[in-house]
Amino acid sequence: MHYLRLHSIVKKYGEILALDHANLEVSRGDLLAVLGPNGAGKTTLLRILAGIEEPTSGEIYYDGSKMGKEYAAFIRQRCTLVFQKISVFNATVYENIAYGLKTRGLPKAGIEARVREALRVVNLDGYERRSARKLSGGEQQRVSLARALALEPEFLLLDEPTANLDPQTTSIIEEVIRYMNNERGTTTVVATHNVFQVGSIAKNAALMLNGKIVETSPVEEFFQKPKLSGFARLENVFLGTAKYSEDGPTLIDIGGGVTIEAAFKKKGRVTVHIRPEDIILSRRLVESSARNVLRGKIVEVSDQNNVVKLKVDVGKTFTVQITQRSFKEMDLNIGSEVFLVCKASSVNFV
Amino acid sequence: MVSEIIEGLRRAIGLIVSGDPAVLDATVRSLYISGAVTLFAVSWSLPLGMIIGSRSFLGKNLVKGFFNSMIGVPTVGLGLILYLLFSKSGPLGVLQLLYTPLAIVIGESVLVTPIMISFIVSAVENVDPEIKDLARTLGATESQANLAVLKEALPSVVLAVVAGFNRAIAELGIALMVGGNISGLTRVLTTSIALETTRGNFELAIALTMILSLIVFILSFITNALKRA
Repeated sequence: MHYLRLHSIVKKYGEILALDHANLEVSRGDLLAVLGPNGAGKTTLLRILAGIEEPTSGEIYYDGSKMGKEYAAFIRQRCTLVFQKISVFNATVYENIAYGLKTRGLPKAGIEARVREALRVVNLDGYERRSARKLSGGEQQRVSLARALALEPEFLLLDEPTANLDPQTTSIIEEVIRYMNNERGTTTVVATHNVFQVGSIAKNAALMLNGKIVETSPVEEFFQKPKLSGFARLENVFLGTAKYSEDGPTLIDIGGGVTIEAAFKKKGRVTVHIRPEDIILSRRLVESSARNVLRGKIVEVSDQNNVVKLKVDVGKTFTVQITQRSFKEMDLNIGSEVFLVCKASSVNFV
Repeated sequence: MVSEIIEGLRRAIGLIVSGDPAVLDATVRSLYISGAVTLFAVSWSLPLGMIIGSRSFLGKNLVKGFFNSMIGVPTVGLGLILYLLFSKSGPLGVLQLLYTPLAIVIGESVLVTPIMISFIVSAVENVDPEIKDLARTLGATESQANLAVLKEALPSVVLAVVAGFNRAIAELGIALMVGGNISGLTRVLTTSIALETTRGNFELAIALTMILSLIVFILSFITNALKRA
């Protein structure tokens, strides 16, 4: 049974159709990323999930039970939404974080402890007395996150939480989102237009286009989904597990029995990207300095102006780009057996 | 003339320092009438201003335009209408309100309402619309969410209330026309100043003007200090 299920949700703002029979299922403990371009309806979807917007039509199920008008008041006690536009009350950091706890009627001692703990998690210890409006954008967004965190919600919604933030703040925020999900089991839905963010934080991913959820899958399979190409050209993006020894290279298991070597040092879950033009294709195994040599078969050929794009299955599908001339001279075709060669330094961490 | 003013100022300070009964009487009455006006006007202007400022409805601009234009209503005109309403043969004549402090309170409350509503509406409109949603997502009920908006708008709302009070205490036309400037009953600072000036009692008029100006000045000073804090 799903924790939350949206069935055929329609939301109209006057003539504008923001959600067009959108369906979404969220399991308990999930960390679901909703990916889509601006204007796809992600914010509206989140606002409906958060109970601050009512759908024009459609059904919402909580733990299998159909919810009616009572959904808003019901879910607001269990859930919170971190807005895309950074929004803090004109008050101290402490009062901002304590607000939600006060509305839930927590005793003062409990509020203090939770505020302190939330500030510690977002790396803002000692900021209690500061005026929230006078903080930087990144710090304000961390206050927003701490405010959500302190509530210990069972369901957390984040709308583009790292849009327009610097990489350091982004990584703190992504870390906190993972922490909430892993350590506290908070069911989380993150809306983002950043494909790579999906890879770095989510367990499952949904693609939203024109007010509809068009694809949902575990994140490992998500990047291979053909519908994704309608939104972003995602070639050679792989999700994998990285490990390295003290003086050895970083080895990344990207599944399908394929391991690739990279020049950066990272451990754990990583998303990597190799540009199609950085891969050399050969008929025979050639000796070179390149650290990655993969053997596979051509599964797809597409002609694009002066270049030919080939899809090669080496256990995972890689896209390679060669000139038309090379393509002809090498006498390649679907089914041809080839080697893919690429330098460790061409494997980019995203 | 200059020496008269200086002499007037000197004697005016003497009247204030010695606690002259006429000065004290007009000052206290002005304060409590304006205080009552402010309380009355806030009691309906605040909820109305909140509603107009935070909701969108058909004819909203018309309503806002109405209150904005009412700010400039000629007070003698308003005084005349109220006089006709309160006079013995008027529709509210049975209440016998004419020439009572309550008549001044009612008249000035009507006068300051558009000022307060207009200021409060713009204060609420200037609050980020996401504040209400923010409060809601943190578990607030609708009334708690409205309170959060009010809190954000508070410095400007205080300003609106003070502007209302200042307008009431400085008002002459209505106080004169429906109050009648009766000594010991409806005589306030402004009506006293007008009377004493026509009588040629400049030192008393100056003393009263100094007090009136001082009240307005102190209030503005406190409001500004609060706004900065």
